[in-house]
Amino acid sequence: MRIGPEEPCVPGFLSAYPSLAVQLPGAALPWLRRSRDEALERFAALGLPTTRDEDWKYTSVAAIARRTFGVDAVADVPGNARTVVLHHAIEGTHRMVFVDGRFVPGLSQPMPLPATLPEGARIGSLAQALDTWTEDAEAFFAAADEAADGFAALNSVFWSDGAWIDLAAGVALEAPVHLLFVTTRGDIANFPRNLIRAGDGASATVIEHHVGPDGASYLSDTLTRIVLGRGARIAHTKLQQEGRRSFHLANVSAEQGRDSAFLSHALAFGGQLSRAAITTRLGAEGCDAKLAGLYVGSGRQHIDHHTCIDHASPRGTSRELYKGVLDEAARAVFNGRVIVRPDAQRTDALQSNRNLLLSEEAEVDTKPQLEIWADDVKCAHGATVGQLDADQLHYLRARGIGESDARALLIRAFAADALAGIEHGPLRARLESLLPGALPEAM
Amino acid sequence: MGKRPVQLDELISQEYRHGFYTPMDVDAVPRGLSEDVIRVISAKKQEPAFMLEWRLKAFRHWLTMTEPHWATVRHPAIDYQDIVYYSAPRGKADGPKSLAEVDPELLRTYEKLGVPLQERELLAGVAVDAVFDSVSVATTFKDKLASLGIVFCSFSEAVQSHPELVQQYLGSVVPYTDNFFAALNSAVFSDGSFCYIPPGVRCPMELSTYFRINARNTGQFERTLIIADRGAYVSYLEGCTAPMRDENQLHAAVVELIALEGAQIKYSTVQNWYPGDKEGKGGIYNFVTKRGDCREANSKISWTQVETGSAITWKYPSVILRGDNSVGEFHSVALTNHWQQADTGTKMIHLGRNTRSTILSKGISAGHGSNAYRGLVKVAKSAVGARNYTQCDSLLLGDRCAAHTFPYIEVKNPTARVEHEASTSRIGEDQLFYCQSRGISAEDAVSLIVSGFCKEVFKQLPMEFAVEAQKLLGVSLEGSIG
Repeated sequence: MRIGPEEPCVPGFLSAYPSLAVQLPGAALPWLRRSRDEALERFAALGLPTTRDEDWKYTSVAAIARRTFGVDAVADVPGNARTVVLHHAIEGTHRMVFVDGRFVPGLSQPMPLPATLPEGARIGSLAQALDTWTEDAEAFFAAADEAADGFAALNSVFWSDGAWIDLAAGVALEAPVHLLFVTTRGDIANFPRNLIRAGDGASATVIEHHVGPDGASYLSDTLTRIVLGRGARIAHTKLQQEGRRSFHLANVSAEQGRDSAFLSHALAFGGQLSRAAITTRLGAEGCDAKLAGLYVGSGRQHIDHHTCIDHASPRGTSRELYKGVLDEAARAVFNGRVIVRPDAQRTDALQSNRNLLLSEEAEVDTKPQLEIWADDVKCAHGATVGQLDADQLHYLRARGIGESDARALLIRAFAADALAGIEHGPLRARLESLLPGALPEAM
Repeated sequence: MGKRPVQLDELISQEYRHGFYTPMDVDAVPRGLSEDVIRVISAKKQEPAFMLEWRLKAFRHWLTMTEPHWATVRHPAIDYQDIVYYSAPRGKADGPKSLAEVDPELLRTYEKLGVPLQERELLAGVAVDAVFDSVSVATTFKDKLASLGIVFCSFSEAVQSHPELVQQYLGSVVPYTDNFFAALNSAVFSDGSFCYIPPGVRCPMELSTYFRINARNTGQFERTLIIADRGAYVSYLEGCTAPMRDENQLHAAVVELIALEGAQIKYSTVQNWYPGDKEGKGGIYNFVTKRGDCREANSKISWTQVETGSAITWKYPSVILRGDNSVGEFHSVALTNHWQQADTGTKMIHLGRNTRSTILSKGISAGHGSNAYRGLVKVAKSAVGARNYTQCDSLLLGDRCAAHTFPYIEVKNPTARVEHEASTSRIGEDQLFYCQSRGISAEDAVSLIVSGFCKEVFKQLPMEFAVEAQKLLGVSLEGSIG
């Protein structure tokens, strides 16, 4: 089942491409042009998913399919962008700012980046990277185009910019790289794409941050590809604070080399409809993957997380913890797959999803799933759905804490677990401060 | 679905032809399925008009459906037009004449399970005249049950003697529109069991198809309907531990349970049909729809199953918790060895207030076996205070087997508490070493550990059944330990 040409969205994108193709980054590179053309064919064939697709059973994208989005290229950076950027800035990071899908060096800091970076670290805008590091880009793009749904294909067609982070062997970035994607207008579609590569033993922290105005309806369709070499370590934090009327569809996929460590945090606060697919493949022996997430919804928000941890090699370890807090008529979907391939002996995998429902109207659909094809493994998963514990509330109230403060305290405590693994102090503090805003009724 | 007849569109668009039916030679219903075949089945069974209409509606609906493929099982396409949907009760000439003609492998299994001699003949399908103890046992039981007002008979008998009960309850839990195999079953089911427990009656014995002598040859499309009226209690056993000789490859049974106010139904299954040989050739496809309806307050339905047979097992005994304070339970042991595949689990649909459900599933995979737990726990907006606890454990024996867990949890009420836990591991080297250092052979040690793993489920089975089930596990696992 698919949503095809009968809804306006799909033909809208298909017809926008021919005239836009020449303006997109890398239009002069034949291989890239071919890659975009092929992705367009894939998108035409795939269309948008429907709830008849098992992976989209609980998330309907009909609201996206019913309308069209502008993909027209360059527009001026609005004057208030600087205020927005400063509001969302995170202390102690290298900052790269993208406005409506395009890199804006003037808002990034400190710039030029290379001056403040260790040798062997190449960080820049993807569009510019195509000119400077062309020969490396091709192979990397081929790998990023594997994802199979319509939204990933659409990103491959229209991606306009994003970050290129390439670390040579042994390079360790001390300060996190903060990628801030700002949408300023309604009725447009953004297609950011980030490629992150860590050579053997290299390490970095990357914060992928999406923000937009609450009043505008727009589409963000993002794709991030991370490749880790032997013994490399990447901490990736995806912070989604899109506007309350927006659509956010994200793909993050990692490929892990031997003894590498991938630490992923996915935090969703905004958006009318948001979905993040986070995948990691433990492709060589001894990998470690930690996935954590927190989703907080109120109003009529719909928040979907699909994760997949693919143990393809022996002696891998994975830990996954996703937590959700839902108020008013918010709805959350969690689907966590853990696959242990036939030869991935001595795998140790733990997965947990916990949900807190605060109102009569809130809803959770969760599906943790284990697929195990090897015998010498230790795998467990768990899922819970419940409300605030009456005993705990009573305990706090008996000590003179008012009901609303007691509830807020318990909600904060519930969410804290999912944030505990975030190493950058200012980021963790920022995240904790976002809770009350995301739950206006409850906190 | 596999191959569809060319005239299918023609059939779908066909009008209901009241009164028209082609008389067919009753003893030789041809292969394949059509409205005429259904009319013949219904006529042969001298069913009232409502039954025929129901079957035809089911058949017409079935034609509009496609075979589902979402389960984690693989099998060659099934040709539904290559099945004989009705055969008169098999003549005595069909089966082996004596035990001497029965497959010695089968006899050895009976030996190990300790099946009484006369029963071995029955199970192996030996065409003996049914003159052994259980006939008289069965008759005695029937008298006792009748004196309490309990109706326990074959489905065909119930259609004749209690048509009003059949009409009221048939399809009320599993409608013919439910799924592909349920629709097929509704159209062509040949027989099955029917049980009605009147208000306030506690059935004094375990009811079992085993005691119902006419349960033989009920065929591949079996239908069971059990109704426990207000405050009644019944414990029902299906199947038996000994492997049954059976020539039908596709089994698509439907079981419906209905519990009215304060009633309790306990349904236990031990399934050990032919699983195919060691290379995975042959074996039964067991595609079953089982569902219970806790229709009124304070009722309870409990499913216990031990699944060791069949090449493919595909079933989800479910409970609809409609009445307030009703309780659903599911206890399962599924074992797959050699090339067996099992995709099984349950659905707990919480609709009433303070409804509770417990799911305990134990999967054991050996050889190339593949075992999947697939379950749904759904808490509707109306289910205030609903509570569910789910535990799924998998045990892996061998490095080419597979164990999967697909739990679906849908919660629309904030007062609900739902917990799911699952774990997968293999038998610990340390456990094996402990047993072996105490003089227990590797094979016995594995059997011991497996028994321990399944203990919580076996506890739910009636006692004699539990003992048999334990032995059965040991036999089924033979050859899986290097």
